[in-house]
Amino acid sequence: MNAVLPEGRAAAATTRAEVEDLLFTEAELLDTWQLNEWLALYTEDCTYLVPSTDLPKDANPDRSLFYIADDATRLKERVVRLMKKTAHSEWPRSRTRHLVANVRILADDGDEVVAGAAFITARMKNGSNDQFIGSLRYRLRRIDGELRIAEKRITLDLENLRPHGRISILL
Amino acid sequence: MSDKLDIKLIDRGDEHFRVSREAFVREDVMDAEYARIFDKCWLYVGHESEFKKPGDFVARTVARRNLLVTKNNEGEIGAFFNTCPHRGATVCREPRGNAKNFQCFYHGWVFGCDGKLKSQPGKESYCEDFNAEGRGNLMPVPRFAIYAGFCFVSYDADIVPLEDYLAGAREYLDLVSKYSEAGMGVNEGMQEYAIRANWKLLVENSIDGYHAVSTHATYLDYLKNTNGSLSSTKLEGISRDLGNGHAVLEYAAPWGRPIASWVPLFGEDGKGEIEAIHARLVELHGQEMADRMAFKNRNILIFPNLVINDIMAITVRTFYPQSPDYMLINGWSLAPNEESEWARKYRLSNFLEFLGPGGFATPDDVEALESCQNGFKNHRQVPWSDISKGMSKDVPSYDDELQMRAFWSRWNQHINGLLPEPATRGADAAPATDRVVA
Repeated sequence: MNAVLPEGRAAAATTRAEVEDLLFTEAELLDTWQLNEWLALYTEDCTYLVPSTDLPKDANPDRSLFYIADDATRLKERVVRLMKKTAHSEWPRSRTRHLVANVRILADDGDEVVAGAAFITARMKNGSNDQFIGSLRYRLRRIDGELRIAEKRITLDLENLRPHGRISILL
Repeated sequence: MSDKLDIKLIDRGDEHFRVSREAFVREDVMDAEYARIFDKCWLYVGHESEFKKPGDFVARTVARRNLLVTKNNEGEIGAFFNTCPHRGATVCREPRGNAKNFQCFYHGWVFGCDGKLKSQPGKESYCEDFNAEGRGNLMPVPRFAIYAGFCFVSYDADIVPLEDYLAGAREYLDLVSKYSEAGMGVNEGMQEYAIRANWKLLVENSIDGYHAVSTHATYLDYLKNTNGSLSSTKLEGISRDLGNGHAVLEYAAPWGRPIASWVPLFGEDGKGEIEAIHARLVELHGQEMADRMAFKNRNILIFPNLVINDIMAITVRTFYPQSPDYMLINGWSLAPNEESEWARKYRLSNFLEFLGPGGFATPDDVEALESCQNGFKNHRQVPWSDISKGMSKDVPSYDDELQMRAFWSRWNQHINGLLPEPATRGADAAPATDRVVA
C-alpha cells in the first residue's frame, strides 16, 4: 500500500511501527495531561483541525466554519490555556482515554508521510462520560531523525457534537 | 395544564429582581414554555443565503417540529411540515441539498419544491378531485416571514406581523445586514452542540457582559499574548431593552473585528484591507454609523431564543430544551457574501478563537451553565436567582442586567398569561423601561 519511493530513498522509509510509536506516545501524553511534552511532538508550523460534522471531507478552514482550526501559534496558546486553573471547562481536569487503532501509512514521499488511523477518545467529567469517535489523518515530517506531526486532522464520525457541549480537551 | 402555574416565578421590587430557580428545573415549566412561548412567537428557522437556487432546501427541527424549508421554481422560500400528508413519513431525510422533488419513500408520493403533490402511485384508486383542496400537499407552516435575510416561522396563525414583533430589534438586524453591499450570508459549516443546562441560562449568558473578565480570563490572556498587549480599548458600553422581550448590549471591546477593527494578530498585510473596508462603510453609511459598525460589539437577543452576537465575528445561534436540564444548540457564522480570501480567513479564525464548542471561551460558558444547573439542585433551600444588577441606574451599563430583566419580564408575561392586548407593541412604541412591573 505504501507509495513507491523515489530511487535511493528506500532506506529512509518510515515503518508503521514507528508511526504507531508516535501516535501511542501522543495518546499517553494527552491522557496524563503532559501537554507541553505533547506539543513538542509537533513541528514549528503545525496545524490542528477539527471540521464541523456537516462539512465535506476536504473542507478548508479558511472558507468553512470548523470546530477547531489552530495554526502553530494558537495551538501553543491552547496548551498555555489548558494548563491554567482558569481554563474553567477543564478544571478540575477531565479524565480521558485516547485509543488509536487501524494505523496505516497512506503515502510516503521520503519527505512527508501521510498516515491514517481511527480513534475513540473518552472524556469523563462531572458525572458524564462522552465519547468522541472518528478518523485521524496525519502529515508527518522527519526532523533531526525524529518523526514530528505537521498536521493532525480529526474528522468526527458523530452526526453532530452531541450529547457533548464542547471540545475542551485535545483529541 | 392550568392557565397559571402554581408558583410565583418572578419576584420584583424597586431594587430587586429575582427569578425562581424552579423555572430552570420543572418539567411543567418547560411544557408551558413550549405551549405559551415557542408556539406563540416568531422563531428563527434559517438564513435566506442558505437558499441560492430553486430546489435548495434544509430540513431543520424548530420547537419540536420537523420542518422542510425550500426555494421553489419562482424563487420563493417556503416552510412546510416535513411529514407526508398520506401516512406520515418524513419526505426529506437529508439535512440539506438541492432537489427537484421530494419523494416519500414509504408509498412513493412526490412533492414539488412548492410543497404541492405532483404524483401518487396508483392514482387511479383515488377519486378524481382528491387534491382539489390541497389535502395531498405538504402542510405549510401557519406563518413564514423574512426580515433582513433572517427567516422566521410561527406556529400561531394569528401572531402579529414579524416587523411589529421585532420592534426595536429591527434596527440591529438592519445594521448587521448592511456590512456588505453584496449582502450577508451564513458560511458553510454548522456548529451543532448541546449543553446540560436549562435553555434560559444560555439566553442570559449570551447577553451577559458581567461574566467576561472572570469566566473568560484565559481568553483575555490569549489576546495579551498574541497581540503584544491588550488594546487600550476598555470593555464599556450600554444595554437596551428593545421591546417585546428583545434586548441588546452594545460596547467597545479590546479584541479585533474583521469587519473593520484591526489588531496586530491580523498581520500588517491585512491593515490596508481593514482600512479600505472602513472607508467604504463611511462612504455608504456616514462616519458615525461606520464607526459604530466597525468598533462597537453587539450582543443581540431576539425573544425568545435567537442570539446574534456581532462580536469578534458574527455568530447566529438558536436553541431549544430537550428537557429542563438539557438543550440543543445550532450555531452559524454570518459573513459578508463577497469577502476577500484574506478577510474570510481571519473572520473564521477570529470566530474560532473565542466562539463555539472548541473555542477559547465557549467551553467555559458551557461549564458555567452546567455548574448553575448543578447548583439548582439546591433550589428548595436556595430558591431565587438575583438579576438586579444596575436596576437603580438611569442608564444601565453593558455589564448590568437590564437585558436579562427584559427577557424575563416578557417570559413571565407569556407563561402567566399577562400579555397586554394587542399581543405585541408596535415598533414605534417606546421600549419598556426598566421599572415597569412585570
